[in-house]
Amino acid sequence: MEKLVVNLAYIVSASLFIFGLKGLSHPRTAVRGNMLGALGMFIAVLITLVDKRIVDYSTLILGLVIGAAVGTFLALKVQMTAMPQLVAVFNGLGGGASALVAGSALYEAVNPNTVFATASALSGMIGAVTFFGSGVAFAKLQGLIKERPIRFSGEQATKAVLLVVALLLSYKLALSPDKTYLFWFILIVSSVLGVLLTIAIGGADMPVVIALLNSYSGLAASATGFVLENNALIISGSLVGASGIILTNLMCKAMNRSLLNVLFGGFGEIVSTQEDDVYAGKVKATSPEEVALLLEGARRVVIVPGYGMAVAQAQYAVRDLYNLLENQGVQVEFGIHPVAGRMPGHMNVLLAEVDIPYDKMKELEDINPLFEQTDVVIVIGANDVVNPLANTDPKSPIAGMPVLEVWKAKTVVVIKRSLSPGFAGIPNPLFTMDNTLMLFSDAKKALQEIVTALKES
Amino acid sequence: MEDFILYFTVFVLSMFVGFEVITKVPPTLHTPLMSGSNAISGITIVGALISAGSHHSTLTTILGFTALVFATINVVGGFMVTHRMLQMFRRKD
Repeated sequence: MEKLVVNLAYIVSASLFIFGLKGLSHPRTAVRGNMLGALGMFIAVLITLVDKRIVDYSTLILGLVIGAAVGTFLALKVQMTAMPQLVAVFNGLGGGASALVAGSALYEAVNPNTVFATASALSGMIGAVTFFGSGVAFAKLQGLIKERPIRFSGEQATKAVLLVVALLLSYKLALSPDKTYLFWFILIVSSVLGVLLTIAIGGADMPVVIALLNSYSGLAASATGFVLENNALIISGSLVGASGIILTNLMCKAMNRSLLNVLFGGFGEIVSTQEDDVYAGKVKATSPEEVALLLEGARRVVIVPGYGMAVAQAQYAVRDLYNLLENQGVQVEFGIHPVAGRMPGHMNVLLAEVDIPYDKMKELEDINPLFEQTDVVIVIGANDVVNPLANTDPKSPIAGMPVLEVWKAKTVVVIKRSLSPGFAGIPNPLFTMDNTLMLFSDAKKALQEIVTALKES
Repeated sequence: MEDFILYFTVFVLSMFVGFEVITKVPPTLHTPLMSGSNAISGITIVGALISAGSHHSTLTTILGFTALVFATINVVGGFMVTHRMLQMFRRKD
């Protein structure tokens, strides 16, 4: 009877998670959706606390208090620009927790069978890869280790060997579930694999990696659900797994690359280019005052933010410019590339932080046809996502990648500190086009100066 | 084995539900989607509670306790930060 009540409660939780995710289909319903999800989690925790197997509550209270305190602190203190790091940390902790729970269950099991041991091994593998992969992703995003891919000769072979070893160990554990020590070897091998998989990936590919790790954290929870024979874990885990897979897929499409290419392709290594030849004498520099003049005569302006906006913390200056222009009757919209920033939706969150209405944030397919009717485009700290070579040069590393066709506007102002190449390591012919003006400056400073100039005139 | 098939069925079907529901999330909300779905994957807290509280052995208690702290950070932090972000999107509605 008790088991029945508990299981019914778990189904209620799982249903609330589904309703919660459904709520995220619109900004209006999203807050309520998230609360439904939290309610589902609350119910699941409460019903678990009455489980007869629990004999000691002091440990639990201690763990819950520590976890809640740290979680609350992180959630309230994090800067919106640092959201990718935080999500990486949470992904890692979720995956790690699933692996540890599976390990613990393996030791508790009285008579573990093959299914049980296989699920434990899988949970350990995926969980450890997620934990250490996320750790490396965090370190890269936080600038603790260099963002460029770190590679060495024979690394693909090393990764393949590690994967095979982890699978062989899992197979051994599945055949003889009483050899619990094998679980630790699986964890160690998978941890190294997690580090190697992520360390080889460069900064601008982070959106893919974070989405993939998100998926893994869900799959690890699902695998643990098989270990504990718990439907709540299986359902929730597979929902998150599906979510991560969808996002990973979207990110890969937005770069016109396959997942395998992102993970193993060696993109973003420093390529030597003859920038001087490409840019020599063809680049026109401009000043904030000149841009202000241009904007005064404009009726329609599109702002294209990139990772540079986040780095310079320029979103507040963007808002000031937006408000000023809107007050003067200029139509302002934002063109957002799916992989702009370091995680899916990164730019949108930064703009939402400064009160830009979400209906002003346009997706690539929606904004591209509108550039022709646009007077001024302001590109802020973006490079590869506005590179025309993606459309024109089939040999370019970004060939076929959907880009924002900003050059179709009357005038393009690119705010950038220098002519240095973006992540793809290639020059950008946009900078030399007749209708392009370069404003060499820090994004925040440049925008503030444009706003001042606009106000003075 | 029958049990396994049953659980596997649940797994596959909820994958489909996940695909259906999440395809409808607009790109603008992809960051809150990640942090929110991530908080949901913290459901593993349920297993951590039992491991940490059942005092089966010192090892399992330590494993369970560590998992509990990890999962709680994941759950509490995840839902809270998602709430913080979603509030921003709602403000100018």
